Amino acid sequence: MPARMGLRGNEAVAYAVKLARVEVVAAYPITPQTIVVEKIDELISKGEMDAEMIHVESEHSALAAAYGAAVGGVRAFTATASHGLAYMYEMLWWTAASRIPLVMAIITRAIGPPWNIHVEHADIMSTRDTGWLISMAENNQEALDLTIIMFRVTEDPRVYLPGIVGLDGFILSHTVEPVEIPDQEAVDAFLPPRRQPYTIEPGDPKAMGNLVPDEYFEELRMDMHRSMLEARRVIMEAGREYGKLTGRDYSGLVECYRCGDADTLIVGMGSWMGDAKVAVDMLREKGLRAGALRLRWVRPFPWEELREAGLGKRLVVVLDRSISFGHAGPLFLEVSSALEARPSMVGVPAGIGGVDISYEDIARIVEEAYGMVEERGRVFIPVYWYHLGRFYRLSPGAAPPEAVARAAPGAGGGGG
Amino acid sequence: MEPGGFLEALQRAVELRFHGRGGQGAVTAATLLVRAAMIEGKWGQSIPSFGAERRGAHVLAFARIAGRPVPVHSMVRRPHVVVVLDPSLVYVESERAKVVRGIRPGGVIVANVPKPPRLEAGARLYTVNATRIAEELGLVVAGWPVVNTAMLGALAKATGVVSIDSVVEAILGYWRGRVAELNAEAARRAYRETREAIVERVAAR
Repeated sequence: MPARMGLRGNEAVAYAVKLARVEVVAAYPITPQTIVVEKIDELISKGEMDAEMIHVESEHSALAAAYGAAVGGVRAFTATASHGLAYMYEMLWWTAASRIPLVMAIITRAIGPPWNIHVEHADIMSTRDTGWLISMAENNQEALDLTIIMFRVTEDPRVYLPGIVGLDGFILSHTVEPVEIPDQEAVDAFLPPRRQPYTIEPGDPKAMGNLVPDEYFEELRMDMHRSMLEARRVIMEAGREYGKLTGRDYSGLVECYRCGDADTLIVGMGSWMGDAKVAVDMLREKGLRAGALRLRWVRPFPWEELREAGLGKRLVVVLDRSISFGHAGPLFLEVSSALEARPSMVGVPAGIGGVDISYEDIARIVEEAYGMVEERGRVFIPVYWYHLGRFYRLSPGAAPPEAVARAAPGAGGGGG
Repeated sequence: MEPGGFLEALQRAVELRFHGRGGQGAVTAATLLVRAAMIEGKWGQSIPSFGAERRGAHVLAFARIAGRPVPVHSMVRRPHVVVVLDPSLVYVESERAKVVRGIRPGGVIVANVPKPPRLEAGARLYTVNATRIAEELGLVVAGWPVVNTAMLGALAKATGVVSIDSVVEAILGYWRGRVAELNAEAARRAYRETREAIVERVAAR
């Protein structure tokens, strides 16, 4: 029988790592990631988990050590956030281009200065181009489930790339909610013995990281791209099978809530998409036909799913928890490319640095965007910043920064 | 989830906010409340709010208890129940940190105070001297009476959102041995001693 426990998101990840029978964990502590490795340490010291924990002196070394273990042929794991991820960045490339499966949790957090320990997606979005698969949890159950699924997908010979499971710092990492922990037998049935393209062992030397001809380098790069595209099918298969074993289906790279008959879609990723579902219900009660499409995976990018759900819509509102300075929110850029900017589109950066965004704020954002479409017929606004109940138009090419100063009743100022 | 079901689940949830000082255990109280709710087969969620927390600083934590899962993760802005762990916080004046902020009409405040305070709120007020209970039982860490488990007992009495039996079971599952027993006793004593206070009834803010 699967156990049901009240767990913080970080603890849920730790249990997933245990169930995946990870043999080496290497990490350096950073808020809000620390509980992940503390919990793993606790599980090891109680004898509930059989793994080696390597306490290293930096995040660069954390991933280097996990990578070394993985190259040696064992399942390995690390976790980090924010500045730690920045410090580790070089090794992300090394791991992915070596085609070595490995799983890392990123507990998303703002990168200073000024100092801020709360959620911003700038850290996880900075990994988009490194060749890692990237998934993003909405709740603690998903944090556990996606971690287990990630091991299977990354170790599939059609993929052989490392993978990141993202969860929002504090909002999930430190929030306690009921989590169902699958039986070890179910996870064992789901996860085959580790596979990887090669191992390095004593007595069987191999050369790595050699200087190669430019053409060969380019071919290797595009092979990573090919594998990433192939990963979509692998994720769908693995997600379906995980559903058969646990009752929780993960065959979709996106999750749609009331998308089918919607004329307005809210698109985003992470924990606030749960609030977006309540916002959808509220908007529907007011007669606005809204739906929510949550990206469960960012890499590979769910291109087909987005086009199928989004191309015929009147309005697509994209929520971003970070901004690519000088252009727009990273998700907006990706979603508008997939949708060829055919629907009206509004990009809304918000909630950056842990600013609390609730279902009421999201409903207010959608009403505001919908109002503009009603007024003008069609809009395309890459940056319509929502901050403490007000909107600010900050799109490239637009007039100088202008506050569209309409305060939202009862919204904003929620702390954080 | 049926279409529309998420809003309905949220509307049926009990939303709570805890005010404490760093070291009093507000975050643990919210977590134990969720565990108590889960013992009763309910869904629960506890959300700590971390700023520059340190011993003595004003700390907020939030919780939601419901029959069905609620998908939201934002902070509680309009609580049905406010639990105040430290007597000095009852009178905090700032808009941001006031204990009555956003409380729903007919809501409940459960406060740790030596005697009923003068509090203007459109809410029912329940009081208990949790500091004395913690001191009597020796639940003091680094000079700070740890009142969180007593306040859970008071919360069970004032609201019935969870039963005292579930609170005790959650406590006994969280700690072991003597610490568990003392905390369970703190909850039981507070449950017995919690009383409704008469407050000046002024419209909720």
